Amino acid sequence: MAEYKRSSLIASAPSGYCPGCLHSLATRLISDVLDELGQAQNSLNVISVGCSALNIKYWGGDFLSVAHGRAPAAATGIKRVNPERLVFAYQGDGDLAAIGLAEIMSAANRGENFTVIFANNQTYGMTGGQMAPTTLEGQVTTTTVNGRDPSTTGYPLKMCELISTLKAPAYVARFALNSPKGINQARAGIKKAFQLQMQGKGFTFVELLTNCPTNWHLSPLKTLEYMDTNTIPYFTPGIYKDCEVDAE
Amino acid sequence: MGDKKFMKGNNAIAEAAVRAGCRFFAGYPITPQNEIPEYLSWRLPEVGGAFVQGESEVASINMVYGAAAMGTRALTSSSGPGISLKAEGISYLAAAALPAVIVNISRGGPGLGSIQPAQSDYLQATKALGHGGFHAMVFAPNSAQEAVDLVYNAWDYAERDRNPVFILMDGCLGNIMEEVDLPPMKELNDEDIPGWALTRRNDPERDWQLSLTPIYTEEMLEGLNAMAGEMYKSWETEDVKYEEFMLDDAEYVVVAYGIASRVSKEAILKLREQGYKVGLIRPITLFPFPKKVIHDLDYSKVKGIIDVEMTLPAQMHDDIALQVLERCPIYEYGRSGGCLLDDDGVYEALLDIVSGGENNG
Amino acid sequence: MIQINERLCKDCKYCVKFCPKQILETGSVRNSRGHFYPVVTDPEKCISCGICATVCPEGAIELPAKGDDLNG
Repeated sequence: MAEYKRSSLIASAPSGYCPGCLHSLATRLISDVLDELGQAQNSLNVISVGCSALNIKYWGGDFLSVAHGRAPAAATGIKRVNPERLVFAYQGDGDLAAIGLAEIMSAANRGENFTVIFANNQTYGMTGGQMAPTTLEGQVTTTTVNGRDPSTTGYPLKMCELISTLKAPAYVARFALNSPKGINQARAGIKKAFQLQMQGKGFTFVELLTNCPTNWHLSPLKTLEYMDTNTIPYFTPGIYKDCEVDAE
Repeated sequence: MGDKKFMKGNNAIAEAAVRAGCRFFAGYPITPQNEIPEYLSWRLPEVGGAFVQGESEVASINMVYGAAAMGTRALTSSSGPGISLKAEGISYLAAAALPAVIVNISRGGPGLGSIQPAQSDYLQATKALGHGGFHAMVFAPNSAQEAVDLVYNAWDYAERDRNPVFILMDGCLGNIMEEVDLPPMKELNDEDIPGWALTRRNDPERDWQLSLTPIYTEEMLEGLNAMAGEMYKSWETEDVKYEEFMLDDAEYVVVAYGIASRVSKEAILKLREQGYKVGLIRPITLFPFPKKVIHDLDYSKVKGIIDVEMTLPAQMHDDIALQVLERCPIYEYGRSGGCLLDDDGVYEALLDIVSGGENNG
Repeated sequence: MIQINERLCKDCKYCVKFCPKQILETGSVRNSRGHFYPVVTDPEKCISCGICATVCPEGAIELPAKGDDLNG
């Protein structure tokens, strides 16, 4: 790295995220990529509900804050009337994979020309650590005190795998933010998704495996190890769909 | 500049919306309003607008939320059960101070109810379109022409107030065919987009952050709610609309809106022929409710108020009672569940009341 | 050479963990929000790889362009 300067798209004050929270890192990555693409002013962040809503105070670019799970619907309305803007929704796992499952799948299936950044930390962080649709089998949460039991709660939802079964999406990928390598891959993936959107290629989806030190009851450093041993083996990182590669 | 057409009420609403500058619609199929999305699915693209058939009522209202945030005149329509699902989104529109127009072509309720017409959503429309204690202006036309006129101006109110506007009709008005005189197309340019909108088309040079949110600090939210309360009060003095019909010498006053007012008028004319002094107050705005005209009736002459609605039990009763203040009896007549008010039924019910017969209540 | 904006640090220690030269360590002074923040133990050894900036959730570590002197 020859040079790194913090983006003006994030506030000069510290974020509202807990120490070591990778939401914060994801937000920073998006801001870096938008700067790099010269899209800082043209971008519009559709902010969802959950810890992601902390970006209302942290995000320095244009944004619309929307109802729980509805970001892909709101983004549809935005992009259909203002196609020239670079539009992205930033959603957590409860927001996207539980209450907003219809909205994300339908927007993806219509091939709406915007990007969804999906932060998957396997819990409802903001509300205090309840079971999310992505909570791992056996994972203890405040609503699965003996660990998630698939016989009554099902299995963790794999959104990249689901969305990549659809024909319309242009790019579907998952990255883990618990290592420098994963972070750099994620940055490249976000950049690619935004570029495809700018080319009008349709729906792009980037899942970022993140953490929740507070509700996992682990130190930030321990969460990175936990992700290596628990999260990543189940939620396999990789490119699930790429219209440029698939077209070859 | 007349442009007369013979149109179904639903289609007339859709065309009026286009001419009002509406360039975005999202909705979900539900009877008896399907002609609105069907018409706009081909009409909006003709004028450079966008139509989306949403995956749900919930998604549709949130698509409208997104489009409205960009300063685009946006519309959605539904019927009772669908409006219940949209309640969350309507509340968010009010919270984020976004203008949009929502049409309810109502049907029998509660629950799935019936697909036949009913005026079963008065309380929902006027008291609680969603959680949190907000209001929208509610217009209740009683003809295709009046629907055209109200829809044509609805976004002007919505943008003035930065608040959603609600059009409450029923399946009868949505589906009857009538002659309408369509107004000219409003040509809106990028410069007409409100300054708060998140588009940058109206001012590409602007270099500061644009944002809209329904989330505030406690103190801000309290302040905004208090301001909204002041706005609702101002509607009562500035924006109340109603029609008076044969009211001057009336000893019995029918209060009815929408389709019920049309059927009531027929009955009143017939009763007048027989010498009964009956008149009508027809609320056109249900919120703000035309309180003053009812309050200021000369109760030394008025012997009774008759609330006629196509729903049971009557939903407007309490709003009327708060103005009558027990100065005369309030009678009710209605049909419900998709059973329609008809000329004979209303005439006989009114005759029974005004002739001093049995109290029907 | 990196610049640490101590005001933004929340003491997650990611930079300390991933520094390939192991020249970052948590200092003994707290910032205005009560967090200990990292210090560079051996500035001579910094190779300006930027990994610390990459892993910092808060963007508290910047890597100035060459010639953009710290004291300049």
